[in-house]
Amino acid sequence: MSIRVEHLTHIYMPNTPMESLALDDVSLEIEDGEFVGLIGQTGSGKSTLIQHFNDLLKPTSGKVIVDGIDLGHKGTSLKEVRRRVGLVFQYPEHQLFEETVFADIAYGPRNMGLAGEELEVRVQEAMEMVGIDYATLKDRSPFDLSGGQMRRVAMAGVLAMKPKILVLDEPTAGLDPRGREEILQQIKELHRRFGLTVVLVSHSMEDVARLADRLLVMHRGKLVLTGTTREVFARAEYLRQLGLGVPQVTELARRLREHYGTMRVDILTVEEAHQAISAFLRQKRGKVHA
Amino acid sequence: MASGEIMFKISGLSHYYNQGQENQVAALADINLEIKRGEFVTVIGTNGSGKSTLAKHLNALLLPSKGRVLVKDMDTRDAGRLWDIRQTVGMVFQNPDNQIVATTVEEDVAFGPENLGIPPAEIRRRVDEVLAVVDMEEFRQAAPHLLSGGQKQRVAIAGVIAMRPECVVLDEPTAMLDPSGREEVMATVLKLNREEGITVVHITHYMEETVWSDRVLVMDAGRIILAGEPKEIFSRVEEIKAIGLDVPQVTDLAARLQRDGYPLPAGILTVEEMVKELCQLG
Repeated sequence: MSIRVEHLTHIYMPNTPMESLALDDVSLEIEDGEFVGLIGQTGSGKSTLIQHFNDLLKPTSGKVIVDGIDLGHKGTSLKEVRRRVGLVFQYPEHQLFEETVFADIAYGPRNMGLAGEELEVRVQEAMEMVGIDYATLKDRSPFDLSGGQMRRVAMAGVLAMKPKILVLDEPTAGLDPRGREEILQQIKELHRRFGLTVVLVSHSMEDVARLADRLLVMHRGKLVLTGTTREVFARAEYLRQLGLGVPQVTELARRLREHYGTMRVDILTVEEAHQAISAFLRQKRGKVHA
Repeated sequence: MASGEIMFKISGLSHYYNQGQENQVAALADINLEIKRGEFVTVIGTNGSGKSTLAKHLNALLLPSKGRVLVKDMDTRDAGRLWDIRQTVGMVFQNPDNQIVATTVEEDVAFGPENLGIPPAEIRRRVDEVLAVVDMEEFRQAAPHLLSGGQKQRVAIAGVIAMRPECVVLDEPTAMLDPSGREEVMATVLKLNREEGITVVHITHYMEETVWSDRVLVMDAGRIILAGEPKEIFSRVEEIKAIGLDVPQVTDLAARLQRDGYPLPAGILTVEEMVKELCQLG
């Protein structure tokens, strides 16, 4: 399922002294099955943009087309669109409210009219998708769980609606390294095993470098750069001007390149850096000994 | 060591949540720790390892279930000293939006000193001074809610140092910020320590932020399990990873190259060091 955004502009509080231009003529396309990273400084418009994907916000001008359906078109079933585009907000565990994990995850599907065994299966599947055990956790209070587990319960609540597109706003914020890693692996699995289209909003260049196929870069309400992850991180200088950066290993490769013209610079992960630097050191040694 | 050089002396500190109840949890277990005046200490650890609980003992937001916390010579259990303790040790928290109270930056910074009953002329002077320290002078009239995350957090820090604390405890001040916001805040914290001589206790999940500290404490399950200079700590990549923490990418990379037999020194933390070492190899 695809998302197409055409000349989208969003102005908060128009015609007031507080008027602010949050999105400025943004056009983009996210294709079915893609894993896209969305980066940009705080206030660059990322959260405003993703809230248009399921009509939580309406464009001041421009169009949002989800799976061929124009959200601004009269008669479009927004209920259906909201079911297909699952939005996981920042700190989603703050939105947990039910007495048990089961009841919390079941809330959405129940509102869709699911009940009985069908509802149970739906909740069970959603919990499996985020890697939390149904039998041991379903009757627990969500508020007794660890931060990482609470966040996964919140994600399960979104997944229980069986979305085709999963949009996550800073899903690892506030978690420790292990918790971050677990959530990221889970998201990767959702993309790989269940074929979900994923849009990951993140401040961690390391995380998007590892996971995303393509990046969208926002700055002051505009989409200023898009390309494969490698292409985008090759623009280190520009990203720095935008208040962003590149992963530490990418920066390392760039710095080595200044000394040694043969060093590869399109490095995104520690594994790639390990390979490239090993090759580089062998070559360097070879030259010394030759 | 003269007692005047010690900022915190913590002995046998344990803290239990839900004490005496069925679901009693030991958040801190027998912590012994001294922090010197002027030191920059970073505390790392997983969620639930006790970092924040420890931080809250440093200015008597929590009191020991067992053991003792001395701030300079003041026992945190001594209710009569609470005011002095709070003025000695300022706290900065994770979410800047929860710490801002006024409608302009300078009013917000003045809020603390006003409550201390400091004369207006002195407040004026302090506000100007601390806004310069955090590099926010040009935003003095701005509305805090229109600032970026890093700017808001710097205003929160200014508000704390306007009270002239001898120590600032920062509990994950960068967790909600973007990369440039994190850099701004860390540069400010470093300046507080190096230029203003303020003792800093910084709690974080970001390992790369520990680089500037004098000492890193690693917490796990309510205990301090490792303590040392950043280099020492990060030469123990496997141990750090085993408790669910992470090391900077270049530290990880250096450890892998060491295993391959390349003679790199332990505990490389920054890109600069790594470039230098790699250039010398071969």
